[in-house]
Amino acid sequence: MDSIKSLQVRRTLHQALSLGMIIVSALIIWKGLMCITGTESPVVVVLSESMEPGFRRGDILFLHMSRDPIRAGEIVVYNVDGRDIPIVHRVIKVHERRDTGEVDILTKGDNNDDDDISLYAGQPWLQRHHIMGRAVGFLPYVGWATIIMTEKPFIKYILIGVLGLLCITSKD
Amino acid sequence: MHSFVYRANALLTFAVTILALMCAMASLSDNFNSPSPTAEVQVLNINWFQKKPDGDDEVSLTLNISANLQTLFTWNTKQVFVFLAAEYETPKNALNQVSLWDGIIPTKEHAQFWIHTTNKYRFIDQGSNLRGKGFNLTLHWHVMPKTGKMFADKLAMTGFRLPETYR
Repeated sequence: MDSIKSLQVRRTLHQALSLGMIIVSALIIWKGLMCITGTESPVVVVLSESMEPGFRRGDILFLHMSRDPIRAGEIVVYNVDGRDIPIVHRVIKVHERRDTGEVDILTKGDNNDDDDISLYAGQPWLQRHHIMGRAVGFLPYVGWATIIMTEKPFIKYILIGVLGLLCITSKD
Repeated sequence: MHSFVYRANALLTFAVTILALMCAMASLSDNFNSPSPTAEVQVLNINWFQKKPDGDDEVSLTLNISANLQTLFTWNTKQVFVFLAAEYETPKNALNQVSLWDGIIPTKEHAQFWIHTTNKYRFIDQGSNLRGKGFNLTLHWHVMPKTGKMFADKLAMTGFRLPETYR
């Protein structure tokens, strides 16, 4: 009797440890990516149609941020002060100060008729600190999973529930 | 070890890995392409050149842009985004880049083009520095792939100058 109970305790601990290892490895990979690419979110999902036909809803973009100056034509991801939603648009105007090196930036979505000035919450230009990263690469369609899980959260809960159930009931 | 769930999991992982590998190879194949684009721009007319009420200069131009960007296209190219920027410097700003016109080239056939247009976006300075200003007109292009890394490059055409007085 005692040996069976200790066997079950050991197996449960083993499962908890495996689960913990998986979670920690994912976290290490994510934080490592943040370090290498220099941005807080190295991968973003395209949420709107403002950059069509180049980027469609559901595509994902790989971001990179370096100390290189921001130049016209670059596709940047920015956050306006106080807003949480990152916007992915192209830089169309750059004015770089001679003395401080500060830049004033104007962006516009390829598929929009107007530039983004109405999105800037009162300020006439974007500054470098608003820019989270430059888009350097892209994969189509992969982001749909994230969009579905954000817009229909019950699917997320079902998925987590099923995964949790599978982990607990699996033999290893 | 041979249940349906294990097999489905192994199959799915393998399929996703192969897909990722194919996307990476498609992107790598773009590096073997050595493009040789050509472009030419003429300023046909300065339509008007004024100082706005807030003190900034603004100019309206009519441009003739012709280019052949066909060598930029590979089988992994979805579209090429091309734009023309006026680039100049002022006492206060080390660099000013103002996009005057942009377009999307969806296929190789459309990549050899000729367009006669006024500036799509307003050419406004930060300040009143444009009288007699020499500037470059630089054609920039961004190659957007079907998957993978995006490439960008440009061709600067120098020697343009704005008039000495408003008109």
